[in-house]
Amino acid sequence: MTTLMTSTNADTFLGHLEELKRRSAAPGWLAELRERGLAQYRELGLPKPHDEEWRYTRIDAIAKGKFELVGTKPKSILRAERDLKGFTLDTAGPRLVFVDGCLAPALCRLEAGRGVRVSSLAEAIGGEGDFIGQHLGQYIDITADAFGALNLAFLEDGAVVHVSKRTAVEEPIHLLFVSTAGASPAVSHPHNLIVVEEGAKATVIEDYVSLGEDANFTNAVTELVVGDEAEVEHYLLERESARSLNVSTLRVQQGRQSSFSSHSVLLGGALVRNNVHPVLAGEGSWSLLNGLYVIAGTQHVDNHMRVEHAAAHCDSRQFYRGVLADQASAIFSGRIIVHRGAQKTDAKQNSSSLLLSPDAQTNTKPQLEIYADDVKCTHGATVGQIDEEAIFYLRSRGISEASARGLLIHAFAGESLERMKVAAVRELTERQLLTKLPLGDLVGQVL
Amino acid sequence: MLEIKNLHAQVEGKEILKGLDLMIRPGEVHSIMGPNGSGKSTLAQVLAGRETYGVTQGQVLIDSKDLLDMAPDERAAAGLFLAFQYPVEIPGVSTTQFLKTSLNAIRKARSQKELDAVEFLKLVREKIKLLEMKDDLLKRSVNEGFSGGEKKRFEVFQMALLEPKLAILDETDSGLDIDALRIVAAGVNALRDKQRSFLVITHYQRLLNYIVPDYVHVLLNGRIVRSGGKELALDLEKRGYGWLEQEVGEPIATA
Repeated sequence: MTTLMTSTNADTFLGHLEELKRRSAAPGWLAELRERGLAQYRELGLPKPHDEEWRYTRIDAIAKGKFELVGTKPKSILRAERDLKGFTLDTAGPRLVFVDGCLAPALCRLEAGRGVRVSSLAEAIGGEGDFIGQHLGQYIDITADAFGALNLAFLEDGAVVHVSKRTAVEEPIHLLFVSTAGASPAVSHPHNLIVVEEGAKATVIEDYVSLGEDANFTNAVTELVVGDEAEVEHYLLERESARSLNVSTLRVQQGRQSSFSSHSVLLGGALVRNNVHPVLAGEGSWSLLNGLYVIAGTQHVDNHMRVEHAAAHCDSRQFYRGVLADQASAIFSGRIIVHRGAQKTDAKQNSSSLLLSPDAQTNTKPQLEIYADDVKCTHGATVGQIDEEAIFYLRSRGISEASARGLLIHAFAGESLERMKVAAVRELTERQLLTKLPLGDLVGQVL
Repeated sequence: MLEIKNLHAQVEGKEILKGLDLMIRPGEVHSIMGPNGSGKSTLAQVLAGRETYGVTQGQVLIDSKDLLDMAPDERAAAGLFLAFQYPVEIPGVSTTQFLKTSLNAIRKARSQKELDAVEFLKLVREKIKLLEMKDDLLKRSVNEGFSGGEKKRFEVFQMALLEPKLAILDETDSGLDIDALRIVAAGVNALRDKQRSFLVITHYQRLLNYIVPDYVHVLLNGRIVRSGGKELALDLEKRGYGWLEQEVGEPIATA
């Protein structure tokens, strides 16, 4: 086997190519897609510290890590519903479960209503190649994205959700990715494709969880098509172990008069890069990027927003909030690109973080690139500590200092929750939040 | 009920209270008046346990227990309540959640049964009428977007709910129009009984027309320089504070 040596270190990921070829035969179009990804990855290599798009985020844990490529058969560790305890969602909607990158059919609920199809990508490639070939890899922009390119190079499995025209899916669709601790850390490159056609309505939850204290690396890409006048809510829940590595890229293509919300709730992971990249390509579309991260220890979260206004009369909103304890660090990088002709764009961006420790750190980088002349773009950022005046006020009413702090932290995070429409997700998020928030147990008692 | 002996307090190295003595018995209403900068609000904050103020000397007893030894929340549990001059806005914490947490924390500390949601709401509805406030207040965040008058009424409403043994009103009349003042005063008067005591801090005599005190004290330069009945307040209204400065031979502190 020939591995290209891009630097002095052999690339651990390229070392997996042989195995991929051996186990997974691809039709021509898929092989081409993989080849395109691979060529681009070889050209780019992993991001370097001086790379502007990766400033403040050190990826040593990924670049120097030794990973196995996940297998194609799930470990038998998860078999029954009860194994998913704590990870399930209180809804009856479709559910796809992947364990270490492999579909776990026994845990899936594939029956969906009329006009809705939920399946694994591997299966769909075989069964409905035309539909998949039409969309897969067509939206992700890998020109400067090494991880996206790597994901394409290893395109093999993931989730496919297809909602036909004017179909309203009431129950949220749950895509659950379970990571387990093996003998050595593993890497998976799930690629999800979600197509919600004209006038349809759906909610999809992409949920990354850990069963143990694994140090796995998940390099996920989701391509999401929101058809004309369609309405989609997308949730990303990151609740993996404190040693997990996760790079998630959500690329959204929005049609005319469409409405899209991205809600990212980032609680787990040692290193998390959250790329959200909607392109408002149809006139009159609307996009909300709502995010909440609660991190502690030495966790690092890098939120990388790129909102492209490619058509006129579109509105976008970005709201990110973070709670940082200990030596945790976070980045919010929000780029708004208004293309020529995207007149009457109304784009707003706001990020705020609450630092609970003098060692916690946050960097905010708003970037506006505007090529149209009749637009409204604003950005704002705040970094602060807990309001001691408010603490005193609460304590003067008999509330203990710990409870008072807990209430204020919860209130800060709560503003993000309020933007989430789906009650079941809000409740799940709320529960997760209380287990993660400093003093959340005390808040839980009084809620 | 409350006994303050030779209280000295400072903020950022500057002495504000310079040997203050005051005794309040159960059921009594005391008023403290004084010009700006005389130490009125400092006294209120020190009693409530504000950590930015350092007590350098003296003693404060509540029901014969050392008040200064208690954390702010313990003071509330012991029966002390401060109606803030500037109530704090707390975005994201709903009024209902705040009131319920507060009430149950205090009930628990007093070994009373904690109230469930239904009992709590019943009690709140009953008390809210007293202050002529609207129910929609319960859905809003604590003090957020409240008008000046609403904030002050909400303070008194909390007092009615928590039923303290000693309530301190720190310039509750400031910024109130006459109607709001009347409502607030009625709320306070409804709580007056043989056991509950009040310390009403005010700059103007006006409030005392509605909340009639048993005793009036004048605070000048960190000490009480004159005490009397309610007629002392009328005297001050007519003559200002200047004559007292002359009599006690101390300059009036400036704001």
